[in-house]
Parts: sequence; structure tokens; C-alpha cells
Amino acid sequence: MTERTVHLSLNQLQAMYKSMLRIRLFEEKVGDLVRKNEIICPCHLYIGQEAIATGVCAALRTDDYVFSTHRSHGHYIAKGCNLDALMAELYGKVTGCSKGRGGSMHLSFPEMGFIGSSAIVAGSIPLAVGAALSFSIRKTDNVSVAFFGDGATNEGVWYESLNFAALKKLPIVFVCENNLYSTHVHISDHLADTDIRKKAEIFRIPGIQVDGNDVTEVFKVAKKAVDTARQGEGPTLIECMTYRWRGHVGPNDDLNTGLRSKEELAFWKEKGPIKRLEKKLLDNNFLSKSEMLSIRSEIEKEVDESLKFAKNSPFPQEESLLDYVFKVS
Amino acid sequence: MTRIQYNKSINQTLRQLMKKDDRVFLIGQGITSPWYVGCTTTGLLSEFGSNRVIDTPVSENGITGVAIGAALAGMRPVLLFPRMDFMHYAMDQLINHAGSWHYMFGGQLNVPLTVWTIINRGGEQAAQHSQSLQAMFTHIPGLKVVMPSSAYDAKGLLNSAVEDDGPVIYIDDRWLYESEDDVPEELFNVPIGEGALRRNGKDVTIAATSYMVGEVIKAADSLADEGIETEVIDMRSVKPLDKDILINSVKKTGRFIVVDASWPSSGIGAEVSSIVGNEAFKYLKTPIMRVSLPDSPAPASSSLEGVYYPTSKTIISKIRELVS
Ligand SMILES: Cc1ncc(C[n+]2csc(CCOP(=O)(O)OP(=O)(O)O)c2C)c(N)n1
Ligand SMILES: [Mg+2]
Repeated sequence: MTERTVHLSLNQLQAMYKSMLRIRLFEEKVGDLVRKNEIICPCHLYIGQEAIATGVCAALRTDDYVFSTHRSHGHYIAKGCNLDALMAELYGKVTGCSKGRGGSMHLSFPEMGFIGSSAIVAGSIPLAVGAALSFSIRKTDNVSVAFFGDGATNEGVWYESLNFAALKKLPIVFVCENNLYSTHVHISDHLADTDIRKKAEIFRIPGIQVDGNDVTEVFKVAKKAVDTARQGEGPTLIECMTYRWRGHVGPNDDLNTGLRSKEELAFWKEKGPIKRLEKKLLDNNFLSKSEMLSIRSEIEKEVDESLKFAKNSPFPQEESLLDYVFKVS
Repeated sequence: MTRIQYNKSINQTLRQLMKKDDRVFLIGQGITSPWYVGCTTTGLLSEFGSNRVIDTPVSENGITGVAIGAALAGMRPVLLFPRMDFMHYAMDQLINHAGSWHYMFGGQLNVPLTVWTIINRGGEQAAQHSQSLQAMFTHIPGLKVVMPSSAYDAKGLLNSAVEDDGPVIYIDDRWLYESEDDVPEELFNVPIGEGALRRNGKDVTIAATSYMVGEVIKAADSLADEGIETEVIDMRSVKPLDKDILINSVKKTGRFIVVDASWPSSGIGAEVSSIVGNEAFKYLKTPIMRVSLPDSPAPASSSLEGVYYPTSKTIISKIRELVS
């Protein structure tokens, strides 16, 4: 492949900063609400991984498709989907993005190309391949993205999906968020070869490992992969190295379970994606401290608004239980 | 006898089975997790080591085949699914392989496999984390399916499942994990294929599975105040089914309701109704009724989840419909 240099405009950088901060502040709020038993559905928080959803989605058009996992709030927000509808979904309200049927693990927002999240590990990967197949049959120039974790590479369907996509040169980007854990299991205890990037070689597609906490790096790699896919040159596997700050599910950090060390968490917090971008923005005089603060308070307001919206929204009617079992046409 | 919790009973039984028979080993995703399987596996790893207590990658299809293969080679694996929803990836191995192997090769080989799988629902977990799939397995020739409703049966049926020379799907329920019962310390058997009479009554027979047995007893107790006497049968084993206990009871009461908290279409209720309708038709005074889930995936929202799962109230109104 030829090297293409990707330049980021100031606007793009600011937009990415906003997206990452929106995810972070939303997730922190959700964590608090789960602690208070305000939100009941299981929430797998995205804190620490914000640069990946943001960098990848910044390389996509609205009409490109995204398929996601149990840990999907970040993907949803980065794809530009509505925040009110997200919070309302977590509250099980009828105004939620899945009308209260799905909860945290089942978000969708088709208008923005967010086709859905599956909580079955690797479950949505072949769906993303199928969307890419549809683009290729209809000869459109859309691209499909499958987000998944390191744990998902354990499933047979992961291999089947990548092989088929590679075989048919489909317009898809496989984005692995390697946060080193699959629930309570460290990657060294679930993969015989932990080098996920390298697995691309068996499908003869490009495999690129990137610092998943550096949004500009993620964007550059994603942009190239998306362009490649759009031009009909086939799939890419991107392995984004990252870390989740909270436990597998819920707001706590899992340190008391002995599953990981304080030092490990501290190490990764130090490498945190938002801190990194803030430093870059400050060092280059792209944003001042006070501009950052005003962005932050703007987003805090957005999050508060979404909470108000969720709380003020009605629950689905009991009588509507059987709606949507079948499509009524 | 000691009074212990359902989850502790499973833990104790696994420990005793592994001590007694070194062909028994535990394999599956989540076994060493502090939260996944509700203390049922606590301490087993340190006692038996990672050779016999194997936490696996998320690879349900492959690992199920691995367990079947180990069974064919002389082991007695207990294969764990931390929730039933994750079994769909394993269906090929369970149906095409475990269920058929003995038959397909004219009885030369057998699969002494226990598939231990947990119903884990509620808490707004929605469609992919709430399923009760017992009926799917009863549909498959060659698979036995048991559903213990008490700490006592949890032990006796697990022991019988592991001793069985064929594949047994052993389904428990997280909603039962804190329930207590008097349980013998030593290993004992609850035979697969035997139901249990839980309550005597003359007006209506209710056959139920697993967690719903408790709800049915609650309903029966409250209707007893009104003079309606409900006979309650715990099916315990949904395949093979104890037909006799059902038919004998219907002979006495003339009314029958089957309660199983999974989906209605082609479900446990349909099967049991058909058997009772066929074999006890002349004793029936009223049509057979069933209580099941609604025919929809599980919703997340509390408002919908609140009406999704049948409870003692649902059962009371069904009994009133029949006995009036
Ligand atoms: C088929 C299936 N098996 C097991 C689970 C339980 N489970 C939920 S998330 C998860 C681990 C996923 O790890 P990874 O893919 O690395 O994603 P992460 O949680 O780290 O984002 C598991 C095993 C599941 N949801 N689906
Ligand atoms: Mg992971």
C-alpha cells in the first residue's frame, strides 16, 4: 500500500476533543447513576478507551455503518448519535434509542449509521461483514466498521468473518480494542498468541497495531483503512492498544477483586487518552486552558440535559410488550 | 442433613464429585471469576488445580466440542455456561455431536457429559442475557434435561447427571441461588426422570419447573385460604418426563395447569399438555392451561420486565379461571 499522509485540521482536533470528553463525562455520570441504583441495566463503561471510538468514527461518513458490542456507549456517541436518547435508553424509557427494549447493551441509531450493538461476544462482527457485502453487491462506496474486544478474537465466528471479508475484498474495517482483558481473564490467559495484529496475516489483509490512547494516531490509521475499503481494496484489521479504567461491568475499578493491580491501573491512567490530547492541544496552542474549561462545561450541560430528558420521559406502556416482535408491514 | 443454600449445594457437590472420581473435571467460561457463577465454583481451582478446573477463552462452540471429545475419551466433564444465552454458539456440538454420537455409531460410543448451564435473568439485562432455553434441548433426541428447584435436588440431580453415561443438560437458576433446603452431606441421587409431589390437593394439578415451583406453591398456599386445594408437582426432569406422576394426579383433580417460565410456542407446556391431554383425557373436567413467558424476547425496561415474568399472581388468576 502507498503511504498517504493524513493531516488533521484544528477543527478536526477540536471535534475529536469534544467527542472524547463527551464520552468521558457521559460515562462518569452513568457510573454515578449506577452506583445510586438510578440506572439498573448492566453498563460496561468505556472510560479509558475514548480515543478509539472517536478516532475511528472521525474517519467515517454518516452513511458508513458501525456495529458494536456490549461496551457500546462510546461508539454510539462518537458516531454522533443523540445523547438524550442514549440516557433515556439506560433508564428504560420509551424515548430511548431502542425504545426501552434494549438497555445499555443494545443501542441503535440507524439515522447516524449506528446499526446496533450485540452483547454476544463477536456476535455483531459477521453482521458488519454482511453490511459490507451489501455495499459491495450494490456497488455503493460505504464502509462498514466492526468494533470488538480482544476477547472476541477467541470466537470461531471472528475467524470466519475475517476470512470471508478478506476473500471477497469487502469494504470493512475490523477494529479490535485490546484492553488486555476479557471479563476477569488477562489476555495472556486467553490467547495462545497475544499478537492480535499479526492474525491479519493469515487472511492476507493489512494488520496494524496502534496506540489506542492516541486519538490522532488512531484517526490516521483508521482514515487509511477506511479509504482503502472505500476504494474497493478490501478490509484492514486495526488493533488498538488500550485499557478500561473501570471493572468489566459497572462503575467500580475491580481492584478489590485482585484481578489486576493498582500499579497497572495507575500506569494506564497516566497514559490516558484525554490527558494526552489535552497536552497536545495546549502545547501547540490549539486550545487554551480556559477554552477547554468552557468546552467541558458545555458538555456537562449536555449530559445534564440528557439526564433531565431521561427522567422526564415516560416508560413504555405495559400493553406495548409485544410490539416489535414481528415487523408489521 | 444440613441446611444450605442452593449455590453452596452445587459447590459442595462439585467438590465431592471431583474428589470421588478423577474422571470428573470442570471446564467453561467464567469458572474462576469472582462474580460470574455466584460462588458455585469457589475454592475448586485451589483445591483441584488448573488441570481439572479450566476457565476457558470465550469459545463456546469449540470448547463444547472439546468437552464432548474428552467424554468420548473416558472423562466425565462438567461443562459450564454462565448463562444459557451463550449456548447458542454451542448448539452444533450439542445437537449434531453430543446428542447423536451414541445412536449414530450403533451404541458403540457414549458421551458422559454434564452441561451445567445457568438461567440468569431480570435486572433489565434484555434479550441476549435473560433466556431460558430448556425447550430447545428437550426437542433434541439423545439429550436429557433436568431443572432442580431446591438445594436438595441441585445436589441429587447433579450427581445423577455426572453419573449418567450420556449427555445431560443441567439447568439451574440464579434466582434460586439463595434458597435453602436440608441437604444430606454425602452424595446421593435424585433419579433423572422422576418428578416430585410438593403439595397435596384435590381441585387442580399444577406441574411446574425450577424457580416456578416456588411461585406455584405460594399461589397454592394463598388459594387454600379460599378453599381451593392445589396439588403441586415439581417436574425436576423435563426430559425424560415423569408422565405417571402427572397422570395420577390429574385422575384425582381433573384439572391441569403447566407452568414453565420459558417461551410458549412448541415449549415445555405444549409437550406436557399434549401428554396429559392424550393420556388423561377422560379425567379432565376443564381444558388444560399453561403459564409461560410472553412470546417475545426479554425487554430491558423495568415497566416491561415487570409484566414479562410470570409470578404467583399470574398463577393465581389462572387457577381462578379453572376452578370457579
Ligand atoms: C457468547 C458470549 N460468551 C460470553 C459472554 C460473556 N462476556 C461478556 S463480555 C465478555 C468478554 C469480552 O471481552 P472483550 O471482547 O475483550 O471485550 P471488553 O469487555 O474487554 O470490552 C464475556 C466473556 C458473552 N456476552 N457472550
Ligand atoms: Mg477486552
